[in-house]
Amino acid sequence: MPAITLRGINNYACHDTNLDIKDGELLFILGPNGSGKTTLLNVIAGLVDYQGTVMFDGNSIDRIPANKREVGYLFQNLLLFPHMNVRTNIGYSLRMQKWTQDMIDDRVDELLNLMNITHLAMRYPGNLSGGEKQRVAMARALALSPKVLLMDEPMSSLDSQTAAHLRIELKQLQRQLGITSVYVTHDLNEAINMADRIAILNSGEISQVGTAEEIFFHPCNAAVMNYLGRPNILDCDQCRSVGRGIMEADCRGLKIIVPHDGKSFTRIIIYPRDVFVSTSEPLGSRVNRFKGIITDIKTSESTVRLRFKVGENMLRAELTRQAFEEMGLSNGMEVFVTLSLRRINIFESGETDLFPGTSYQNSER
Amino acid sequence: MKILKKLKPGWGLLPILIFLILWELVARINNTPLLPPFSEVIVEFYNLIASGVLGENFLSSLTRVLIGFGAGSIVGIITGTIMGWNKIVDRALNPIFNLFFPIPTLGWIPLLMLWIGINEMLPITLIFICAFFPVMFNTVTGIKNVDRNYIKAARSLGASDMKILFTVVMPLALPNIFTGLKLESGMAWRTIIAAEMVAIPTGIGALLMKAESLIRIDIIIVCLIVLAIMCLSFEKFFEWLENRITSNWRQHAGNNT
Repeated sequence: MPAITLRGINNYACHDTNLDIKDGELLFILGPNGSGKTTLLNVIAGLVDYQGTVMFDGNSIDRIPANKREVGYLFQNLLLFPHMNVRTNIGYSLRMQKWTQDMIDDRVDELLNLMNITHLAMRYPGNLSGGEKQRVAMARALALSPKVLLMDEPMSSLDSQTAAHLRIELKQLQRQLGITSVYVTHDLNEAINMADRIAILNSGEISQVGTAEEIFFHPCNAAVMNYLGRPNILDCDQCRSVGRGIMEADCRGLKIIVPHDGKSFTRIIIYPRDVFVSTSEPLGSRVNRFKGIITDIKTSESTVRLRFKVGENMLRAELTRQAFEEMGLSNGMEVFVTLSLRRINIFESGETDLFPGTSYQNSER
Repeated sequence: MKILKKLKPGWGLLPILIFLILWELVARINNTPLLPPFSEVIVEFYNLIASGVLGENFLSSLTRVLIGFGAGSIVGIITGTIMGWNKIVDRALNPIFNLFFPIPTLGWIPLLMLWIGINEMLPITLIFICAFFPVMFNTVTGIKNVDRNYIKAARSLGASDMKILFTVVMPLALPNIFTGLKLESGMAWRTIIAAEMVAIPTGIGALLMKAESLIRIDIIIVCLIVLAIMCLSFEKFFEWLENRITSNWRQHAGNNT
């Protein structure tokens, strides 16, 4: 599988973009809306005009048209052809390459098996659920065994459970096929959970490329830090398994439940927008729910940022202005704080020097 | 109960049956030559078929419609496809077609009579014009309405421009193309009758005019019944064809992505 090199890419959305994607890796491109994420994928696929050079294994492919680049593309809205059934959709690229019908049938059967969708073969896309469409689109993109797989927010239209399930499968599949993959998203958690490396794209320029830890703990500039936001980072004194993929971490007296299996970890990251606040005790399980006292309130146009003292820890939460006003929150109030179980990210390394201004120790916000 | 259920599809015919009975009664009570009873019309229908008059005239009308409508639709679909696919062709031809389109088909008769003369080509050309414009405009709309992202997807899957046009764009434009065909298949019959009444000595329209001059109201009504049946069955045929081709995927088109 080829390594991909982008050099000095320029067009309406990219400005002198350089990027190196390693052979067989799953690289995530993260960035705000309009930063040129999709355009960058289209450049690699040859679907838009650009200046500069795209190389596969050091060989320029600029002169190769889109339909000959051997690139699998999973589009944001999937774009399954509505007038073709699942079989015909998956076999489309094979027919374009003039394979014989027998060969097409064999390959399509193989792909239906791979994606576990044999029972859907004769259905039409209008008749499939979101997750099923996703699998069909994946099978179609992989039909010609492309060397490169491009994915443009493929999970954005799925419910969170289906997406979580498919993410694991997709990651396994990518490993199994060893295909060089580029995945565009604006979901930080998705990137942290799946990526080999992450590239942060800002206004058409790559700001930083690195592993999730490098990016989160050592953002190279203010733009990256701004985009990622300042997460709550909690150091864990110890952690233990409480069975079946669930671990309990002790972070300065806070007992936090984390869905994680295996190695112990030293640090938890959760974004302010994934910390829920309520004035009365919410119904349901008490997992990851704590009492905190509001110490600081900062309002902006549409959102309000709060700081709490929870035991010995300081936590940040972000909520909409409307929710803030409805609850009538004020400094010194005692509130219930819930950490969204699915949004807790963990890091296993023993890294200690946090970048300034991000840890809970720092009071400035 | 079972018998009632079996009858259900036929219930749409009930109002027609009541209408025919009323017609028969009113005609019998009034007993005027201007409104023959339905039964007499049916007898005359049979006579016209038996003598071969109706068959002969019907066949010449049908042939004209089939040739004119077939040619007009095919040329309309081809022109529409090229215009929808290629911006330059679209920009070049669209203003011209827009200029000609509003002219009612029958408005061409005087000009065509002088250019073509009174022969078989005259009604065929009229039907051609009648079918061409709406089918062409509907095809252009259909092709242009296809989500450009499907084209992008097909290209990334290795399809050439021609393949994209034939395997993705045209099939997705079919619903629009059929809208044009359905509309014009009935319209072709209305046009041919009018043309035959004005200019051509054979066909159902000509038979109508002859019956008028002989004050044969029963024959006039027979011709009108034939016309109604043909308009309806042509429209229904295209509706059936469209359903056969596109119903598989269109029944769930609402949640396509």
